[in-house]
Amino acid sequence: MIGLFHYLAVAAILFTIGVLGIFLNRRNIILMLMAIELILLAVNINLVAFSAFAGDLVGQIFAMFVLTVAASEAAIGLAILVIFFRRRGTIAVDDANRMHG
Amino acid sequence: MITTIAFYLFATLTIAPALLVIFARNPVHSVLWLILAFFNAAGLMLILGAEFIAMLLVIVYVGAVAVLFLFVVMMLDIDFASLRSGFTKNMPFGLLIALVLLAEIVIATGVRSAGPNAALVPHAVAATGPVQPNIVGIGTMLYSRFLYPFEIAGLILLVAMIGAIVLTHRSRSDTRGQNIARQIARVPSEATRNTQPAVGEGVVL
Repeated sequence: MIGLFHYLAVAAILFTIGVLGIFLNRRNIILMLMAIELILLAVNINLVAFSAFAGDLVGQIFAMFVLTVAASEAAIGLAILVIFFRRRGTIAVDDANRMHG
Repeated sequence: MITTIAFYLFATLTIAPALLVIFARNPVHSVLWLILAFFNAAGLMLILGAEFIAMLLVIVYVGAVAVLFLFVVMMLDIDFASLRSGFTKNMPFGLLIALVLLAEIVIATGVRSAGPNAALVPHAVAATGPVQPNIVGIGTMLYSRFLYPFEIAGLILLVAMIGAIVLTHRSRSDTRGQNIARQIARVPSEATRNTQPAVGEGVVL
């Protein structure tokens, strides 16, 4: 029988893969955004699993809000990426030092 | 039994493509693996009985977000080979951090379920036979108790849409756009003329 812990394990592994992706692709911002999507997917799996096993729909509502924020974050991130590429001709994160921050 | 098989199938097909997303050499392949991962995560949520979220995941992530990624990856002319430098250099450190993180999550979950609060989580309540359909419950809750958060979510999407358009819009000077006011203001008496040229001579333009 599949219990709550199985879903939590899948979500934990997905979350770790996402964090690893951010570390490994330090220079490629597109892959970093994809890794962030993986992390948010793991969070969503956690929320939906808890919602189903606790018999409470609030978790699924919250997963929907996470989905909304993830979609807007991807849209804004990719828009910033496009204008950055238009100005600099590259998307390497190391080169993003125009403001010397 | 079938639930167990389906769970392990979907779980494997979520985790393996997720690994391939971050290890693929070609970012286009990464996006396609991401789509596969999202599809199978939707399958996991279907097993849990969350049909609406599962369909939302397919529509929003696969239909919109992943296609947006695909557009950006294929539209920009990026030298991805040079961006992979440091991949192997960061590998040991990244793996260490990832393993520590995974261990921490597993330990935290184990402690949580071993304590006296373990009885708080009943097993598989909503997974089998919900009283009302999933979408009815979500709709009822969304338009009553969570009305204001729902509208704020819509506002966030609106701001994101306007922001993306404002950020990427540029007025190009090398193109000739349509001037609708000039088109409407044009009258036949100014735009045409009658001439009667002699034979053999052209028309002055």
